[in-house]
Amino acid sequence: MTIEAPARPGSAFLAVRDLRIHFDTDDGLVKSVDGVSFDLERGRTLGIVGESGSGKSVTSLGIMGLHRSKRARIGGEIWLDGEELVAADPDRVRRLRGHSMAMIFQDPLTAMHPYYTVGAQIIEAYRVHHPQASKKEARKRAIEMLDRVGIPQPDRRVDDYPHQFSGGMRQRAMIAMALVNDPSLLIADEPTTALDVTVQAQILDLIRDLQKEFGSAVIIITHDLGVVAELADDILVMYGGRCVERGPAATLFDAPEHPYTWGLLGSMPRLDRPLQERLIPVRGTPPSLINVPSGCAFHPRCPYAELTGGRSSTERPALAETDPGHFAACHLSTAERHRIFTDEIAPKL
Amino acid sequence: MTDIQDLAQPVAPPVGDPLLRVTDLERHFPIHQGLLRRRSGAVRAVDGISFSVRAGETLGVVGESGCGKSTMGRLVTRLDEPTGGKVEFEGRDITHLSTGAMRPLRKDIQIIFQDPYSSLNPRHTVGTIVGAPFRLQKVATEGGVKKAVQELLELCGLSPEHYNRYPHEFSGGQRQRIGIARALALRPKMIVADEPVSALDVSIQAQVVNLLDDLQRELGLTYLIIAHDLSVVRHVSDRVAVMYLGKIVEIADRDALYGRPAHPYTVALMSAVPSPDPRRKERRERILLTGDVPSPINPPSGCRFRTRCWKAQDLCASQEPPLAELAPGHLTACHFPENVPQVPEAREAPEA
Repeated sequence: MTIEAPARPGSAFLAVRDLRIHFDTDDGLVKSVDGVSFDLERGRTLGIVGESGSGKSVTSLGIMGLHRSKRARIGGEIWLDGEELVAADPDRVRRLRGHSMAMIFQDPLTAMHPYYTVGAQIIEAYRVHHPQASKKEARKRAIEMLDRVGIPQPDRRVDDYPHQFSGGMRQRAMIAMALVNDPSLLIADEPTTALDVTVQAQILDLIRDLQKEFGSAVIIITHDLGVVAELADDILVMYGGRCVERGPAATLFDAPEHPYTWGLLGSMPRLDRPLQERLIPVRGTPPSLINVPSGCAFHPRCPYAELTGGRSSTERPALAETDPGHFAACHLSTAERHRIFTDEIAPKL
Repeated sequence: MTDIQDLAQPVAPPVGDPLLRVTDLERHFPIHQGLLRRRSGAVRAVDGISFSVRAGETLGVVGESGCGKSTMGRLVTRLDEPTGGKVEFEGRDITHLSTGAMRPLRKDIQIIFQDPYSSLNPRHTVGTIVGAPFRLQKVATEGGVKKAVQELLELCGLSPEHYNRYPHEFSGGQRQRIGIARALALRPKMIVADEPVSALDVSIQAQVVNLLDDLQRELGLTYLIIAHDLSVVRHVSDRVAVMYLGKIVEIADRDALYGRPAHPYTVALMSAVPSPDPRRKERRERILLTGDVPSPINPPSGCRFRTRCWKAQDLCASQEPPLAELAPGHLTACHFPENVPQVPEAREAPEA
């Protein structure tokens, strides 16, 4: 590395520290990501949950180094396997992209090139990072991967164009493309949002199996709490470009700490519970990222904001550990939050 | 018409007269191929479905993409003309009414669209959008159109001051409220909502679901709600129909359908919904359907679900199962239904 490297934080495989991604626009500075930190180990899955505009996708694009438009300002540190990426040479990041880290996008029809066969696109992804591989080897590898992700007759389908595949098969093909170089970090951005539930279940199973097999670190980005519960070991909840809660999946669903997480859980109808009389929506609308509310970004929508004695609108709450490994950014005291959750929230969930 | 005031109890919907009755409804879209554009086949989007919606109730229609649920919605609102079957609204046959003959009926049947971005004209103010039904139908309003529109906006949780604003000034949830206000303008009897909340964020979805609930209670509306999200449909519906490849495979009261699903497809669909409970993923047995939905151009013979069904036998390929009554009000089209009521505990293991 050419740049003087700052000290590597901890030994996590992927360590993100205080990541900030801001965009200059005509309307003002958009703070898409504003101070997000997390660690992720190999073989583990992190779920990033949030509503549209919460900064979850921009976080992933930042890690992949895909944000470098002239208008983006990026700060903080991203450590992948001991290598810092934010300050790294774009050429170096390009070599890592697709090789050490790969991405699955939401809509496979727009993410694949309609003019090239599925096979050609997988072969290209492989040969870019394996220049010594012959076309024949690469093709063999592509067929192998298509087979692995469950495409029937892969030796024939490899020469099909994306439009000849169904939605679920295209998503499988994209997963094959992402995994062709054995990446150690896989980022899936809303991988099943465009799919039907029965196909979604197939794809979630596939991602889970592949992770077991390849042992990669996986980040799954979604707005669907059900999907993260299926896949993730740890969950990070984003709101207004910031992380409001982070913790192991089981504790986060059993004992969520942040009022926004309560709101999310309360507002979704669930099949696995008796029918609620009424959903409990979060009042108001998500904030604009140009004008993020002062203090805690959630305070205008928070039903408990007044209990903080005005602090929530003036002071930004820090992410504090409430249980081992479980963090929440809220001005309410832990005791108070536990009381509210047990008395008011849990009975209605 | 039944008295709409006492429809407030969603648990026991009163048996009103059928407001909408659909019999053997069909919509085949012809495919033309070759130099002479000869008709070579048809996409059988809706292929013979029958149901009725009673006054004051909510019928939810679920299914995966391509099952024909949206086409069905367009047919019953007569935005499209059926190629077969019959649609009756309040006992009147509207299957082949002309646009002009349909117009007076538009007062009674309104639609809420999925996409709150493309369904509002960006060049019109909210006042123009919500007031359009009054102008088009030449309905006189007490105190003028503006006052009526402002009342509607308030009813839908918007502020009357929004009258002169444009759609782009609103968030997705607010736009959906504008669309709902427009649909309510003429006090329709029935509202067909095609994926009314699927474009919205979770926290906003709940607001709109609750709004639809309140409006039904206040105004005695009848809803036909089309959606792919099983949990939303369970929340809003009194009865639910499940569609697969242009057919209804099961229709029943909400609690019966979700508690004792009979059609294997319904069972699989429900087991595929991811649950926001990480502990549950270990202990539950999920039915994974293989493959995708077949093409509606050339649907499988016999039962259309047989190609993905784990219970399929020879009979399923040769004979199409009729939509038969399994229990009172619980209809299913399957030769080997699950959860048969006579032997409630003798349920077969779902995995073959």
